[in-house]
Amino acid sequence: MEHPFDYTAMHKDVLKEIGNIGAGNAATSLSKIVNQTIQMETPVVHIVSFDEMMEKAGGKEEVQAAIHVEMLGGLKGSMFFVIDPAEASELVGMMTGDPSLSVNEGDPFATSAFLELGNILTGSYIRALSDFTQLDIHQSVPSVAIDMVGAMLTQGLIEISQISDYAIMIETVFSDAESKTNQLQGHFILLPDPEAFQHIFKALGVSEHG
Amino acid sequence: MVKISQSVKVGIAGLDIVEHPGTITTIGLGSCVGVVLYDQQTRLAGLVHVMLPHSDISKSSEFKLGKYADTGIDAVLELMKSRGANMHRIKAKIAGGAQMFSRQGSGDTLRIGPRNVEAVKEELARRNIAVVAEDTGGNKGRTIEFDTETFLLKVRTVQLGERMI
Repeated sequence: MEHPFDYTAMHKDVLKEIGNIGAGNAATSLSKIVNQTIQMETPVVHIVSFDEMMEKAGGKEEVQAAIHVEMLGGLKGSMFFVIDPAEASELVGMMTGDPSLSVNEGDPFATSAFLELGNILTGSYIRALSDFTQLDIHQSVPSVAIDMVGAMLTQGLIEISQISDYAIMIETVFSDAESKTNQLQGHFILLPDPEAFQHIFKALGVSEHG
Repeated sequence: MVKISQSVKVGIAGLDIVEHPGTITTIGLGSCVGVVLYDQQTRLAGLVHVMLPHSDISKSSEFKLGKYADTGIDAVLELMKSRGANMHRIKAKIAGGAQMFSRQGSGDTLRIGPRNVEAVKEELARRNIAVVAEDTGGNKGRTIEFDTETFLLKVRTVQLGERMI
């Protein structure tokens, strides 16, 4: 089956810009928290099957730490912040000044610090999105899981899977620019609900069908 | 005749069947439910990776049958029947249906896992298929593999490792 999204390169550029503005703001926040330069790659807009989406995010069985928030209000969807658990621990260490913390061992302090970090980052992303589109976007309380990528990301597919076998995933990768040996790499994954696209395009003055 | 052991992989919202002595597997079940149907006499097994409870919520006319509990189970049964499985002998083992993320005051979408499990059980009961083993609910992702030699379902989670049901 072909995917039902009748979007041109221009539509994809608009979605890329969304990722750029959102993740850019989040990267700035992260950079302040850990006091290091954070580098961001150009966002990528993937129109992919659900299986392909999990491959893009590292593979279905790959264990990652993820923060999930629901976007509510003027723009609905899911947002994930996904990072290797060891790197999540490293970020938490930088944030708290205690390098011994590990999110992987179920330490409630480390986990709640990671959750707070995720809250700040997804909050910055969504705030920038809200400002840019002038849509009144709220976010749910965040929640955290450390588990198989495939098991976690399907949470973001519940709405779109009712209309399509494909998802549109706006992915931005960031890394810390300073350390060369032990580079941190995190992913912001935005999965708008199906009707969110028309709101985005309308808000930015782009006709939905190109 | 020498039979070559096959290992069949089923994707998200996918479905397939395997003959003895093969195995059939699906990876990274979260809120989704893996439904294994098997006939011990013909040693045929089928698997569907169910994402959503019922096809009446579908907003499109064309979809992968394995996405929903009702259409997915029927499609696997059809495939099995066409290969000689007997409806009266078919049993089920199910796994998945976790709630991966939880927070206070959250709506229905976070509870999709338990709703999927409920729907799968209803659809199986409606077709008189007994669930002989299950590993459902909780908050952990699962990878499953069913073996047509032993009729055991291997369930792997990150925290607890492997168990057979």
